[in-house]
Amino acid sequence: MVLLQVQDLSVTLQTAHGPQEVISHINFSMNAGEKLGIVGESGCGKSITALALMSLLPPDSKINGKVILEGLDIATLNSREICSIRGNRIGIIFQEPMTALNPVKQIGAQVSESIYLHTKLNQKQALERVIELMDKVGLPVNRFPLNLYPHQLSGGQRQRVMIAMAIACNPDILIADEPTTALDVTVQEQILNLIRDLADSTGMALVMISHDLGVIAQTAENVMVMYTGNVVEMGSTVDVFQNMQHPYTHGLFSAIPHVGSSAQPGKKRLTSIPGQVPELHLRPNGCNFANRCPRASNICREKEPMATRVSDHHQVWCYHPLNREDKK
Amino acid sequence: MFKTLAELLRHGLKNWSFVIGGTISLLFFMVAFLSYFWTPYSVEDINISERLLKPSAEYLLGTDHFGRDILSMLIMGAKNSVIVAFVAIGIGIGCGVPLGLTAAAKKGWIDEFIMRFNDLTFAFPALISAIMITAILGPGSVNSIIAIGIFNIPVFARVTRGAALSIWKREFILAARSAGKGPFKISIEHILPNISSMLIVQATIQFALGILAEAGLSYLGLGTQPPMPSWGKMLNEAQTFMHFAPQLAIYPGAAIALTVLGLNLFGDGLRDVLDPKLRRSR
Amino acid sequence: MKHPLVKIEGVYKDYQLPKKYLFQKAPVFRALHGITLELNKGTSFGIVGESGCGKSTLARIVMALDKPTSGKVFFDGRDLFNMPARDLRHLRRNFQMVFQDPYGSLNPRKNILGIVAEPLDTLKEKLSFAQKKERVGQILAEVGLNSSDTDKFPHEFSGGQRQRIAIARALITRPALIVADESVSALDVSVQAQVLNLMMDLQEKYNLTYMFISHDLSVVEYVTDQIAVIYMGQIVEQGTTKVLFQNPIHPYTQTLLRAVPDVNPLNRKKKNKDIIPLFEKTKESCPFLDRCTRATKTCVKNAPELLGEEGHLVACFNAD
Repeated sequence: MVLLQVQDLSVTLQTAHGPQEVISHINFSMNAGEKLGIVGESGCGKSITALALMSLLPPDSKINGKVILEGLDIATLNSREICSIRGNRIGIIFQEPMTALNPVKQIGAQVSESIYLHTKLNQKQALERVIELMDKVGLPVNRFPLNLYPHQLSGGQRQRVMIAMAIACNPDILIADEPTTALDVTVQEQILNLIRDLADSTGMALVMISHDLGVIAQTAENVMVMYTGNVVEMGSTVDVFQNMQHPYTHGLFSAIPHVGSSAQPGKKRLTSIPGQVPELHLRPNGCNFANRCPRASNICREKEPMATRVSDHHQVWCYHPLNREDKK
Repeated sequence: MFKTLAELLRHGLKNWSFVIGGTISLLFFMVAFLSYFWTPYSVEDINISERLLKPSAEYLLGTDHFGRDILSMLIMGAKNSVIVAFVAIGIGIGCGVPLGLTAAAKKGWIDEFIMRFNDLTFAFPALISAIMITAILGPGSVNSIIAIGIFNIPVFARVTRGAALSIWKREFILAARSAGKGPFKISIEHILPNISSMLIVQATIQFALGILAEAGLSYLGLGTQPPMPSWGKMLNEAQTFMHFAPQLAIYPGAAIALTVLGLNLFGDGLRDVLDPKLRRSR
Repeated sequence: MKHPLVKIEGVYKDYQLPKKYLFQKAPVFRALHGITLELNKGTSFGIVGESGCGKSTLARIVMALDKPTSGKVFFDGRDLFNMPARDLRHLRRNFQMVFQDPYGSLNPRKNILGIVAEPLDTLKEKLSFAQKKERVGQILAEVGLNSSDTDKFPHEFSGGQRQRIAIARALITRPALIVADESVSALDVSVQAQVLNLMMDLQEKYNLTYMFISHDLSVVEYVTDQIAVIYMGQIVEQGTTKVLFQNPIHPYTQTLLRAVPDVNPLNRKKKNKDIIPLFEKTKESCPFLDRCTRATKTCVKNAPELLGEEGHLVACFNAD
């Protein structure tokens, strides 16, 4: 059953260089319980996409297109109506748990906030629910009393509190925006497992946003690769990662060092993508990646590519996608 | 620095406090500056036959009880206020900022010592102590400058120290230390430029307070002495004539209020403009 | 036998924690526990650990920005903490640091010329402004930037470019040692690759020695010849990169390696079972006791020493 349909979504922000389109004509859909990964580097628009889904964009921004949640276009809701969606049907976890949590409010109070906002539970019932949630996220109340403050917790523990807050009202969709980037690798493993398990057990859909290809590979069944506001490749994670078509996706993969590299002989050198991500107001015409792409031709510089279907679960936006034979 | 000045104006002109406050403050300074070249009449022109006239084409704001042109008095008073407040914050910055920088750089007992000295100065009510100082040293512009200036020192020391401490924690300071720079050079080259915006904002606030303090002292007869006019003194002299010539009090009173308001607005606007800009430039 | 470029001998670092009560002695937090390491010229030494393990503290001590509570650090045979301040200042040209945050490590109020030329002030020979500008221009070109960018300010550059500026600043005095403290952790993947390539090229060109501190194992594996894994201020495993990654012995190293998410979506990892601590930790115990699946009674009463053959040392009683 289709839970979320994003149609032709574009967001324009006011910047120092005037209004700029930070994401352009994004289309994707999600079924209930699906896990979608959005991967890209800074400035690709992945966080803006997440904020757009929650209508959390700055007031002077413009949003075009449709965000349809079970038949309801939430992009058109006014501020009062959207409040009943946020926290209730869509929950979000941010990257920096210290700044996303109120430093002067106890953790119990923060988790119960959305419960009081969106449900009609009384105090006793809400407290029970909070205790239940904290247990679910691995912070049982006998070891982590509800009157603790965020600064008394470690980074990973704070992130667990955020997760508890986000799932408090059993949302249909959980958005995780770089939830583990600021955490140590062993804590990251625990948090990712927690998020995955929660999504599996509650049937929640998950949008996992990360620049870390490993995180996406281990969490998401479908993936969207973004570059400067466009989707460049999209499909099932297995298809995209095993048979990547877009030169940018390939470039990202080649640029990361893989564990086990020390066993390989020969001089080590990472393949880097030449140049750098263009600033918003300096994006070239046509395909945004053309000036860094080893396969670019004239048409790439003139017109933006349309979607090409690679397989049932795999699309790419490129005039010269990689074929199996091209890749080493 | 010039590049950022143009940028500052560009951002500033979008901010209401900056624009309104800035315009008033600019007006104030221009009037004060004007007094060096021209006033409608000399303030020493005492003309008893022309006393207490209503505003007219000849005397745009009328005359006071000595027949002096009120407008000229206001203009010269503006210059007086500017000079006193300016030198007073000069003293405050000149002594307070080095103290604050030293306290932040050295920490330990030097920091404690400077801060206790600060606390001590804060413990004395500023205006009353200023009165006491001028009463002891004798009335006059110079002494009121000193008195007001002394109480600016702990203000700037405290603001400087607080801002400097947070800059010391930044990574580029560590980089300067690993380059071998000592704390003195670091304070001048790295800390000071990064706290300048806070100091500028504080200076506008202290400037406004300085004008008020000067007016207060002059009102009590302890500040500027004749023949130099002062808004505060004008207020004092207007007291006797409140019933039948209230304008004598209204003009200088309005001038003080408007100027202080303008400076405070400008300081607020400046703070808004300077802070997010620095953050946005990341 | 030539002596190593850097010799860290038994370095301990304690920090005083805030007192709970007025008349209590301030409790002490031991950030580094007897660290002993040697860095040879021209090599890359990786220091791996998670946050709070003490690696940044170690970096600052090696850079003589912080004094160890006990222990010594020798640079090129000279005791860093036992020399007159002036000598230390002049010695600083030989070791420089590149920091993690490309946004915080450059003074936003200084232009690139001022930032990159700063270490030149510590040189014994005073350079003229023109000489400084020329040298800065040269270095900028070497790190892949425009030599004419000297008048620009940090906010006009991207994160990757700023990190290059930081590298230029570290290189300008032609140091022998560069301490890279999480220098690529804050960068995007493709930028990280560029900066790492740059660093490796520079190492070859100038025979630089790197002390490469990172929590990212795959990056460390790529760049370093030797690694030390630090847990709670102690080295738990140490050896050549190849050997350590092929055959990680210490349970912590194994945990770290297992935790790195695999880029291959078909390799869905089996979950690490939740660790139920088998024993209570005491002051004498092995620091990893409460997270270790192999802990035995010995581990409670004693902390293991770093032992092993040349090329691979482990601090564990139950090394496989």
